[in-house]
Amino acid sequence: MMEQPNSFRAGPDENGRFGIYGGRFVAETLMPLIKDVESAYEAARIDPDFIAKLDYYLKYYVGRPSPLYFAERMTEHLGGAKIYFKRDELNHTGAHKINNTMGQILLAKRMGKKRIIAETGAGQHGVATATVCALFDLPCVVYMGATDIQRQAPNVFRMKLLGAEVVPVTSGSATLKDAMNETLRDWVAHVDDTFYIIGTVAGPHPYPAMVRDFQSVIGTEVRQQILELEGRLPNSLVACIGGGSNAMGLFHPFLDEASVDIFAVEAAGEGIETGRHAASLSAGRPGVLHGNRTYLLQDDDGQITEAHSISAGLDYPGIGPEHSWLHDVGRVNYVSATDQEALDAFQLCSRIEGIIPALEPAHALAHVMRVAGDLPADHLLVMNMCGRGDKDVFTVAEALGVTL
Amino acid sequence: MSGAQGRIGRRFAALKKANRAGLVTFVMSGDPDLDTSHAILDGLTDAGADIIELGMPFSDPMADGPAIQAGGQRALKNGQNLKRTLAMVEEFRAADDETPIVLMGYFNPICQYGVAAFVADAYKMGVDGLIVVDTPLEEDDELRVPAEAAGLDFIRMVTPATGDARIGELVSGARGFIYYVSVTGITGAGSALIDDIAAGVERVRRATDLPVAVGFGVRTPDQGAEIARVADGVVIGSAIVDIVAQGVDQGVHRDGGPATGLADDVLGFVKELSAGVINARK
Repeated sequence: MMEQPNSFRAGPDENGRFGIYGGRFVAETLMPLIKDVESAYEAARIDPDFIAKLDYYLKYYVGRPSPLYFAERMTEHLGGAKIYFKRDELNHTGAHKINNTMGQILLAKRMGKKRIIAETGAGQHGVATATVCALFDLPCVVYMGATDIQRQAPNVFRMKLLGAEVVPVTSGSATLKDAMNETLRDWVAHVDDTFYIIGTVAGPHPYPAMVRDFQSVIGTEVRQQILELEGRLPNSLVACIGGGSNAMGLFHPFLDEASVDIFAVEAAGEGIETGRHAASLSAGRPGVLHGNRTYLLQDDDGQITEAHSISAGLDYPGIGPEHSWLHDVGRVNYVSATDQEALDAFQLCSRIEGIIPALEPAHALAHVMRVAGDLPADHLLVMNMCGRGDKDVFTVAEALGVTL
Repeated sequence: MSGAQGRIGRRFAALKKANRAGLVTFVMSGDPDLDTSHAILDGLTDAGADIIELGMPFSDPMADGPAIQAGGQRALKNGQNLKRTLAMVEEFRAADDETPIVLMGYFNPICQYGVAAFVADAYKMGVDGLIVVDTPLEEDDELRVPAEAAGLDFIRMVTPATGDARIGELVSGARGFIYYVSVTGITGAGSALIDDIAAGVERVRRATDLPVAVGFGVRTPDQGAEIARVADGVVIGSAIVDIVAQGVDQGVHRDGGPATGLADDVLGFVKELSAGVINARK
């Protein structure tokens, strides 16, 4: 383990690094643009007008704050820790993604950009981007892998209803990483008028820090809510992690609270040992992709390999650079859950809490199910319910052998 | 030795003496397979290439257009990797000790090979320079410094979006030549107007005495000739890689076997490009 820093919340440094991770590994054509985004964001984040505008839309359009809900029956069922769900699935569009797209589109407007582009895997970030583009009347182009377009037809239709153009990406493996490549190519060709809304805490600096800041509303609310409800901080936090934006949003305000144990749950797919998974930290190595240095799934030659998960939102061969750093310094515990464990959690939560979770937080819940029973009753555990499962009913039905 | 005394420096000095621009040809190593790619590489000098850019295929080439993406995919599918690419250079050098070879690609395969081992092996096999698309000025120390110490020229890119102050920073650490990207876009994208290219080259020349080669979007012998009048080098890549793709599509090439006809098609096109570049200033 590395030497412990004074604060886990100080990053990134002026070069966009969290330890050795992060940075700005982009083509020269994009550098001036990325520096523009960085300086515009640095000005916006301390501008009271920008903050007030963001707060307004988060409250009246997104529906924040989301409740911190005591999952009483889940607590009884598991027979140990007191379990709270942070209900970010109740946000407009049904996931945490809009916390970030709202922030970025306000920044794009402030920068005078006329066109928005985004990548999407499962379609949740694409829908959240198309939504804010409709709200602010900006044209929106969403790149999506051709394979994902087939798997996620309802979200493709949603984006189109919202007025976005959905461009199928057939290059490479035709999934999320290829959609991100294609969005970067679009950006290189439209540097003057276009803003790229990245959906997770990855990509070149300042995106990992900016997306984290916009998502930190989750953890900031949790802190206030748990103090109101329990009069003390939680003992542990649990969130699922693909790129890692919902996890970083929950964790970041608590990183310097030494008493809070933090767990992030990667997608183990069919099992880490099968090679068919999306667990970049558990089974990957540091490398450089999509503008940052971070843990990646790759072969010996440095070619990026495909991720596999039943949850399309966790199906990414990389992870945000700040997570890579938090992994190396040991502040956050990175664990994993398989497709099967997530499916079990999905069904249990639906039956006993009346909440159909997205398959992504079902991974977090799978970890909670493994550990909660062995924890004392006064252990306060907060899990981020970062998305609702309506989008996943077809996938789950298929996995359970049910024909709809 | 590299720099002024290396193959790149010597080649540009000779071109200047001959009062003509150099033809810089990009081919993807291992595309569509190792044997055919060898046949193409070995024939490039005779076909008129003054400098060879050899692509190192990468699964996620974010700055490349469809042609070079597809070339990289074909190569990877047939087992190309960085070791094989370096071995290709070594074989090439056995027969040709003068034509400069610049490796072009992305950082991650180099990271996994190990930077120190890579720059040492590359120099030993006869590589002269590196162009790594995703290591801009802010990030290139960790590769550029060891590369130069090993004897390689680390070539930097300037684009129309690069401001004059930044050009000054870029050229101060650059060696070999400056790669002027003529369009803000990906490789093989639409072509820029010659007046804009000339103005861009002028901006670079005001900041450095290094030769300036122009690439991205140069597709035909006529376009090559036009640029050869205003720049020190003309880089042609996607149009060459497209010929490989056509050969594959037309069944000239079959998986696993060398395709002599395909290499001939590519080299024939390079001869046309060369004639255009050589005659441009006459």
